[in-house]
Amino acid sequence: MSDGPDTLLKAEAVTVEYPVGAGLLGHGGSLRAVVDVDLTLAPGECHGLVGESGCGKSSLGRALVRLTDVTAGRIDFEGRDITHLSARALRPIRRRMQMIFQDPQASLNPRFTVAQAVAEPLAIHRLAPDRAARSDRVQRLLSDVGLDESLADRYPHELSGGQRQRVGVARALAVDPSFIVADEPVSALDVSVQAQLLNLLEDLRAQRDLAFLFISHDLRVVRHLCDHVSVMYLGRIVEQAPVATLFDAPRHPYTRALLEALPSLEPGAPLADRLDGEVPSPLDPPRGCPFHPRCPVQDRPQACFETPPHPEPCGTSHSVACYRADRGVT
Amino acid sequence: MGPPKPTGKRGSEGPPLEGAPLEGPPPEGPSLEGPPLEGPLLCVEDLTCEFGTEAGPALAVDGVSFTVARGETVGLVGESGCGKSATALALMGLLPRPAGRVAGGEILFDGEALLSLSERRRRDLRGNRLTMVFQEPMTALNPVMKAGEQVAEVLRRHRGLSRKAAWEKTVSLFEDVGIPAPADRARDYPHHLSGGMRQRVVIAMAIACEPALLVADEPTTALDVTIQAQILDLLKSLQRRTGLSILLITHDLGVVAQVCDRVLVMYAGQIVESAPVQDLFAAPRHPYTVGLLRSMPRPQPGTHRSRLPEIPGAVPPITTRPTGCLFADRCNRAEARCRDRHPSLDALGPDHLARCHFPVAPPEGEAT
Repeated sequence: MSDGPDTLLKAEAVTVEYPVGAGLLGHGGSLRAVVDVDLTLAPGECHGLVGESGCGKSSLGRALVRLTDVTAGRIDFEGRDITHLSARALRPIRRRMQMIFQDPQASLNPRFTVAQAVAEPLAIHRLAPDRAARSDRVQRLLSDVGLDESLADRYPHELSGGQRQRVGVARALAVDPSFIVADEPVSALDVSVQAQLLNLLEDLRAQRDLAFLFISHDLRVVRHLCDHVSVMYLGRIVEQAPVATLFDAPRHPYTRALLEALPSLEPGAPLADRLDGEVPSPLDPPRGCPFHPRCPVQDRPQACFETPPHPEPCGTSHSVACYRADRGVT
Repeated sequence: MGPPKPTGKRGSEGPPLEGAPLEGPPPEGPSLEGPPLEGPLLCVEDLTCEFGTEAGPALAVDGVSFTVARGETVGLVGESGCGKSATALALMGLLPRPAGRVAGGEILFDGEALLSLSERRRRDLRGNRLTMVFQEPMTALNPVMKAGEQVAEVLRRHRGLSRKAAWEKTVSLFEDVGIPAPADRARDYPHHLSGGMRQRVVIAMAIACEPALLVADEPTTALDVTIQAQILDLLKSLQRRTGLSILLITHDLGVVAQVCDRVLVMYAGQIVESAPVQDLFAAPRHPYTVGLLRSMPRPQPGTHRSRLPEIPGAVPPITTRPTGCLFADRCNRAEARCRDRHPSLDALGPDHLARCHFPVAPPEGEAT
């Protein structure tokens, strides 16, 4: 993957650490939430980021839009190194990168009406010269996300979950971004409303050439919507591939386990083998490959227990961090 | 489907649970030597629950009737606010008071009319023969009490076990539900445990007294997929071992397909469709069920990024009841009759009911 005009965002060896346990006695350790992550997004690409809770997917998403500080590594966005930009220097760039959160109830100010909530980013970034222009923009944004004009004066608690999430989307769109981190945007919604929101996000992506980092634990949704998928485990990306490859020919044993754990929609389908155990604590990650304590692969080399594997290319845009990825699909 | 082996004394034997006394303190009602074991374990008739709101009473559960057979897993599915959790809480006698109340109907559990029992008798049943697992295990666990003590407390309360016997039994229950190093974990406080382990503790508590019915309200929704798979396997294997019945409340149709024998679909407080799980997925008859199933992304050649079929609109507020079908406003099949007359829940095939004037035809070759 080259750094050509087709690259919107490029993350190299990004690591995010949080200080933990720094008590009165001082010597606190650190938690490595994201370790050595490489990721590239093209304009208009929808990149899925999957993994279990605590794997670092939200931290990575927040780091890419500089809501969390990066401990090491480098992030280039629209051709510019933004890794260490100051808050002031970031301001114009914030317009281009936005975030949609899981819980629209928590991310909306309960005292702002829908119109006020959508107008706020316009005011902050001075994107509308006067009140009339601003209310025009708000109206257009509301209709873009499928919200009826009559809802403009409502407060968040008067809206349904789906409507609230549309307000969140309208706020993100208000500043005309090229990249949106959507962190579990439909997880809090009911199935029938999920479909409405997913259709909306896909329409917006296609119409505006918006790139998405789509963070989700729902593999069905990721398969439906994304071009590429990265699978995270304990802070590291263990596999990265085009969506069809990842689902049809996964190479990493963790990816395979995730896919097998997904309940089939066919009643009576035989139960697949289960992955045993749980994700280890990121405070005390295992030596070697982070997945080795749960790994079902037989006859593993000593390296698995000693050194974390690096992602190695294994096909077109496909990389996998596993010493036994050569075992392929079994 | 049915119980794996007809146990005469419902789960009072079976290797993993031995060590439990064969009889506890004799309860006042007919529970251990009760009425015949024929007929369903649970029979809910025309259950109606109301919540007081500023706008007047809201019907959260509106005339719900269903049964759960012994050893059967019944799924209760629907979207938020459809009344599935209120139904579960009414069964348990745990509707939040004073806002919520059972306004009518009958619940027969193992021959006992639950709604006319004394609070004391209901407490004897609850956590004993009739237990519940909640979505968020922390809501069911006391944060300042060791995990094992909470399970032991149940055994002492309902089974009259001594402190020591209850502790030993707790450790063996922890082992049964797949908690590694059970004796050590029993001494941990809930916040020391992961979400999956906490849910296992809650399940250990729920099965401690060998219940006849386990009500599980979104038991895996807060868990990761690999842990969800483990917990679902655990519930099924407990069921095979003890013959318990499970009422599984969920919004996840994948979970339903995987573990349920029969499914009830609720919409706006009412059951709109009821069918064996195979029938429901192969030949759904109610337009709402059809919509739910179709709105889930299902990878097939050429479906990547295709538009997902939506169910337009949203669930009607429970404070207003239209005269006709409650789904009519969102239904693409609705006709004048749907808005005028409320449809009844009618039999469309063996064990297959739907509440619709114009049910969807089953696909060719699907007998229902």
